[in-house]
Amino acid sequence: MENTTQPLVEMKDIQVSFGGIKAVDHVSIDVKPGEVVGLLGHNGAGKSTLIKVLSGAYKKDGGEIYINGEKVNIQNPRDARAHNIETIYQTLALADNLDAASNLFLGRELTSRTGFVDDDAMEAETRKIMGTLNPNFEKFSAPVSALSGGQRQSVAIARAVYFDAKVLIMDEPTAALGPHETQMVSDLIKELKKKGLGIFLISHDIHDVMELCDRATVMKNGKLVGTVDVADVTDDDLLGMIILGKHPHENNN
Amino acid sequence: MSSQLKKFFTSLELDTRMLGMIGALIVLWLSFNFVTDGRFLTPRNLFNLSVQTASVAVMATGMVFVIVTRHIDLSVGSLLGLLGMLMGTLQVHILPQYLGFEHPLIWIITIAVGIAAGAIIGAMQGWVIGYLAVPAFIVTLGGFLVYRGAAWWVTTGQTVAPLDATYRLLGGGAEGTLGANLSWGLGLVASVAAVLLMIKSRQQKKAHGFNLKPVWAEYTLGGIAIALILGFVATMNSYPLSKGAVKRIFEGRGQEIPDYAVMHGVAIPVLIVLIVAIVMTVIAMRTKFGRYVFATGGNPEAAELSGINTKMLTVKVFSLMGVLTAIAAVIASARLGSVGNDLGTLDELRVIAAAVIGGTALAGGFGTIYGALLGALIMQSLQSGMAMVGVDAPLQSIVVGFVLVIAVYLDIAYRRRTGQ
Repeated sequence: MENTTQPLVEMKDIQVSFGGIKAVDHVSIDVKPGEVVGLLGHNGAGKSTLIKVLSGAYKKDGGEIYINGEKVNIQNPRDARAHNIETIYQTLALADNLDAASNLFLGRELTSRTGFVDDDAMEAETRKIMGTLNPNFEKFSAPVSALSGGQRQSVAIARAVYFDAKVLIMDEPTAALGPHETQMVSDLIKELKKKGLGIFLISHDIHDVMELCDRATVMKNGKLVGTVDVADVTDDDLLGMIILGKHPHENNN
Repeated sequence: MSSQLKKFFTSLELDTRMLGMIGALIVLWLSFNFVTDGRFLTPRNLFNLSVQTASVAVMATGMVFVIVTRHIDLSVGSLLGLLGMLMGTLQVHILPQYLGFEHPLIWIITIAVGIAAGAIIGAMQGWVIGYLAVPAFIVTLGGFLVYRGAAWWVTTGQTVAPLDATYRLLGGGAEGTLGANLSWGLGLVASVAAVLLMIKSRQQKKAHGFNLKPVWAEYTLGGIAIALILGFVATMNSYPLSKGAVKRIFEGRGQEIPDYAVMHGVAIPVLIVLIVAIVMTVIAMRTKFGRYVFATGGNPEAAELSGINTKMLTVKVFSLMGVLTAIAAVIASARLGSVGNDLGTLDELRVIAAAVIGGTALAGGFGTIYGALLGALIMQSLQSGMAMVGVDAPLQSIVVGFVLVIAVYLDIAYRRRTGQ
């Protein structure tokens, strides 16, 4: 691992506790430009909590975050967005009563010269980006509650990639998708990687991780098990890390 | 035949819920008119109905935002009482000491102070709800008790009267109307505005390549809108002032008393409701604040994750509710000409009922300003109509209670069917 590129994002020694329970216990993780880092672990291992510290949804109780080597203070989702960190949440975080364009631009509405929200311009932009992401998408005026799981997912993805993200956090982006849509997300990840984004991919699916990720970080019970280069390990090695919390290169029997 | 009728309504692209409410209102009006031998649908009664609805209607537009963000405000009736009492004391006991009685600045200063007080009190409630995370139900239940008690302390229970003459115009008595000519002017402006809005909306749809309504449907809708506006003005313009009022007004102006009938015209409080409704609709549909109100109601977590400061939003929503309560307090106190300690009693329930009957979902995320106005009108029609028929007050309450529950059930059933 003599990659000398400076990490895009570095989370050092992060701690988060909820009422005495250490959800994230001194965990460090980083991602470099053009790299996909998988984050693996059981439910409750602390993956989502760790990543929500970076996206501003949770406050950390200890540790530091560096972006391009500079220490930053992320207090809320607005701070994260200001650092070009975009997140696709597992729950998608869509306002079901609003249409696709309103969701895509939520918190960053386009306004006309008079200062009012410009629904026409936002819908035009939404049509543009959906045309490249999911050409079958047509329900632009319906509330997103009327959309299928895949369509909702594509709205959430569009929102994350539209705003010139440098770091992308994807929390189980394919959990609700069929095989065809999953393939679309895989292709998108590869394309964004080529553009030099740093991507954190939280996934349950070992095959996804093996296919898409450069490195994989495994957590168990809030603690870091280890970070490995995906090229150096097998599926079973990763499974062993997830289930037993055993680092493959430290101690093989 | 029924399929043709269905096709007709589909072409008009009207909100079916709104059609339902208008239908309910028409049935209500015709029934009362029948039972009262034609006394309900008279210019005189409709004028009174429009004035009586105004105060609750103003507050109901704010309650839409409160309920859409999944909160509730039980304090508006008491707050109306407190603000009315503050404004009454200010204009009767305090300002005349410095400015003299009936000084032209009195009503302006009074209303400015009332609106500021409403904004601050509302913001304080919103702060406790948003930042300290005390449920709105509890905070405003506390406010309900506090403000009613505070209103009593302002004058230790004494009624404040008489209110400033200019201020009283805002309550819509005999003097507080636009008069016939201005009312026609308002009707014309409103009609032109309605037509222009429809044309603009059609042009925008065309530019986006959306499906357009058939042209005849546009003409029909435009015709209905204009007929409603001008019909309303014509009705208000056919309610004559009493001889005593005519004499008082014209003598006051030093003019000769006319020998023709002088008409009321549109009441000033109705004009206030109109302005409030337009402003609130623009806020709801065209501003970031309005967008965030609905987003937060639809999914508070998503709103938070999108960088919306939902705590501050709560402060703003309740502050806006306070401002609207102050405006409603002006209308209510000006209408009576005095402020008693019971001003606004039970108004919180009327306001919530108006918003909910008007299709605002208590689960949050859905609600319209025009719906709340229709809801307020339905509630007031029901009450005025029953009073006119001579239904006892206790039975009135029972009927209103049942209607509220049935209306909300119908709304839930409607949502379930349309999958909203």
